[in-house]
Amino acid sequence: MRRGEALIEAKGLGVELGGRTVLHDVDFSLAPGEIVTVVGPNGSGKTTFLRALIGAVPPTEGAVRRKPGAVIGYVPQKLAIDRTLPITVARFLGMPRRQPAAAIEAALARAGMAELGGRQLAELSGGQMQRVLFARALLAEPDALVLDEPTQGLDQLGEASFYRLIETVRSDLGCAVLMVGHDLHVVMSAADRVICLNGHICCEGAPLAVSAAPEYRALFGHGTGGALALYRHEHDHSHEHGDGHDHGHDHGHSDAADGPGADANP
Amino acid sequence: MFDDFMVRAALAGVGLMLAAGPLGCFVVWRRMAYFGDATAHAAILGVALALMFDVSTFWGVLATALAMATAVWSLSERGVGSDAVLGVFAHSALALGLVAVSLLEGIRVDLMSYLFGDILAVTTSDLFIIWAGGGVVAALLAWRWQSLLAATLDGDLALASGVNPRREQLCLTVALALVIAAAIKVVGALLIGAMLLIPAATARPFARTPEAMVVLAACFGGAAVLLGLAASYQWDTPTGPTIVSVAAGGYLASTLLASLRKS
Repeated sequence: MRRGEALIEAKGLGVELGGRTVLHDVDFSLAPGEIVTVVGPNGSGKTTFLRALIGAVPPTEGAVRRKPGAVIGYVPQKLAIDRTLPITVARFLGMPRRQPAAAIEAALARAGMAELGGRQLAELSGGQMQRVLFARALLAEPDALVLDEPTQGLDQLGEASFYRLIETVRSDLGCAVLMVGHDLHVVMSAADRVICLNGHICCEGAPLAVSAAPEYRALFGHGTGGALALYRHEHDHSHEHGDGHDHGHDHGHSDAADGPGADANP
Repeated sequence: MFDDFMVRAALAGVGLMLAAGPLGCFVVWRRMAYFGDATAHAAILGVALALMFDVSTFWGVLATALAMATAVWSLSERGVGSDAVLGVFAHSALALGLVAVSLLEGIRVDLMSYLFGDILAVTTSDLFIIWAGGGVVAALLAWRWQSLLAATLDGDLALASGVNPRREQLCLTVALALVIAAAIKVVGALLIGAMLLIPAATARPFARTPEAMVVLAACFGGAAVLLGLAASYQWDTPTGPTIVSVAAGGYLASTLLASLRKS
């Protein structure tokens, strides 16, 4: 699974936004065909990480390299469509490169949105929009899919089926998948590799190895059972505390990043 | 036939709207209304500079509009281009321009014609400039259509599919400066913004695709010019403001029609 040249590679990646260091010392590479999930508390730089990898944010340190000619399908967290812009779903899928109508229909059907091609983009619900964005990314026949919290706005049932869809697509198209996960049990079941991010990579490895790593527990809770509930609890918790919390945490944490669990890489 | 000033006026207005209608759609979609105003208001400064250095007003206006558009654009790129900042730019540019015109010695300038346009005084060479400028803008928009649209929908999405949103924004900036330089004779610096916004907003309820909206905006704009000319001839009202009033009436009708259809 991990053979061939890396599709996307980051070395010593650091990003500053508005004078604040959002990411530092991130080394990462995405191999063809693998599914990698990024987890981390709010404000830990997950979205910035993805945006830096696709080239939307310039790195302030280090470098990002994308394999020349590799097609990357990007699915943003959300898409704010201005209501003043009339556009149908099918037309949206044919941008910026026009696509044959049959290919558009096939991509929509694959994403579970068949027969919605004529709908106005601005009228879609959050979940439908996610599926449309996904269908659009598929149309380009990507070598790598980059998804930012693709299940936001889906109920649990929709979420589960969405992740099944991602796995099907991976096995059909053979593309690599890099996504920001948002739910722990999903991370466990669907990923080859999990990256735990909090300004830097705290730990990474196979899902089970990561969930056992102390760095991961420090971020997401200490118990072994009921991981999902704990995750949710901590998630809300860090949200309320905002910046100060992240900072203090980051400091106490950097030493531990070199500790045992840090390179749980298979 | 070209000697008839009404025919020249009609050709100038329609030619302008063929470019301003489609460009106006982007102004609406990207919420660039203030951006357009700031750039248009800088045109008066361009008129003053052109008279000072004895060059044609087209080039003077084009230069200042480009400078202003680029300045405002780079500010907004750095995230400081708030509504307030754009407003400051728009109004100061106008005030500075008016001061600069008053400082010109020995030249009496008909300010009204630059503020509100003087479409009935359009000469054959003006006509050439308007159609050339409008043609360049229309061609630019057609050529980059797919990329412009992708960049307008979402910068990151565009980037991931190989379209540089900054380049597309630059392209729109240049197009805006060109339209303003071509339009100053027709509707004037204060009303250009109206002819960008109103036809596009009028077209919105009737369009289901961006292409339809662009075509409709050009048609509505052209119709407003022709009806406005006729009305101004009939009732002897100032032409530029009459054209804008007709366009505004069209917008009102379109909005009412749309809300009737919904209910």
